[in-house]
Amino acid sequence: MSAMSTDYDILILGAGPAGLTAGIYAARAKRSVMILDTGTVGGQTVLTEVVANYPGVTDTTGRALSQTMLEQAKSFGCEVKAFARIAEVDLTGTTKSVTLKNGTTYTARAVVVATGGVPRKLGVEGEDRFVGQGISYCATCDGDFFTGRPIAVIGGGNSALEEAVSLSRFASRITIVHEFDHFQAEPWIIAEAQADEKITFLMNQKVLGFAGESGLQTVRSQDKASGVVTETAVDGCFVFIGYVPNSAAFEGQLKLTDRGEIVADEELRTSLPGVFAAGDVRNKRIRQITTAVADGTVAALAALEYLSEAGE
Amino acid sequence: MSILQTGLEHLETEEAYAEALATNENVMICCGRMGPMCLPVYDIMESIRDDYAHVAFRDMPFDSEVGMRTIRSLPETRSFMGLPFTVYYKNGKVVAATSSIQTMDQVTGILDQQFGAEG
Repeated sequence: MSAMSTDYDILILGAGPAGLTAGIYAARAKRSVMILDTGTVGGQTVLTEVVANYPGVTDTTGRALSQTMLEQAKSFGCEVKAFARIAEVDLTGTTKSVTLKNGTTYTARAVVVATGGVPRKLGVEGEDRFVGQGISYCATCDGDFFTGRPIAVIGGGNSALEEAVSLSRFASRITIVHEFDHFQAEPWIIAEAQADEKITFLMNQKVLGFAGESGLQTVRSQDKASGVVTETAVDGCFVFIGYVPNSAAFEGQLKLTDRGEIVADEELRTSLPGVFAAGDVRNKRIRQITTAVADGTVAALAALEYLSEAGE
Repeated sequence: MSILQTGLEHLETEEAYAEALATNENVMICCGRMGPMCLPVYDIMESIRDDYAHVAFRDMPFDSEVGMRTIRSLPETRSFMGLPFTVYYKNGKVVAATSSIQTMDQVTGILDQQFGAEG
């Protein structure tokens, strides 16, 4: 294996909206920038079919918006590497390093961590087995497989209720299974779901598991107050229970919250000098493309200031 | 213009499908749409095809006659209910099939196991 090292002013980990925006700002300031992502460019945005609330763009897809950001970042000189197989990250020293499995090492004095998150899984029996065979995380993609069939939707936030309402044009019956006795969603979508005759609610439930023969047949859940176990007969189940931050690689280096989010201040400085956090991976309440883009801006400007102050 | 706007070679007829299987020992076909769960799999295939020169990477439109008659009719995909349907063939025989989005590690894991590691 041949080892190669390349030095940049700023390394950006993550090529979602936060990372790409940070790249645009940093490269436009004439800094050398490498953006690394272990997945595809765009992060979770790519999984969004329609983006209707990004200011200045009336209606687009997550893919198209990401591609525009990518082209913009590249136009200012950013290098971007998707599907990077990262073996090791060391953020502790003055010079930070990221080493790939092929031996290539990227170094920089400043790093913006914008690694985003992944859909949260329930972690219960049968979940992995039935993914793609009854369990789905994308209503737009897989809704039509369940035309005329009973399904469950797990979750009680905006995503869960919006997707349940959209799935109502396919499914024969929808049971929303939620862990609390109240929803976290906004009132308008709660009202819309409650007005839908196909939708019923199973509240205050702990999901115990999924069962079936060749495909999914039942969702098993337990009432958290009474302990009563319910088996809901379904052909499909859509899971929308939020996201978990992609921060495992930074454990022991950066200060994390108990939910695994990177702790960052107003300037998006983390617990280590020269390391900044942006987007869904950091501790914050609102996770939207717009807030990720704002984070990317702030983190890049803070990183630029850090380099200037360090005489770089 | 193909329905699938990817950098992969598209299989849009049964003849093209048959030829791909007949002329390549190792074939990976992703049958999908231009949707959120499919795009990352096409991207993975495009990003690794140079490293896996011994594998032919193709895509196929899900909502097509060829899709219905080939991959969607396979016994291996009968229970699939998540896009995309990705099927791996060795010497024309199905050796693995997956439903729904896959990660780089999942794809390369199957490629390495079924066709041998990247060259």
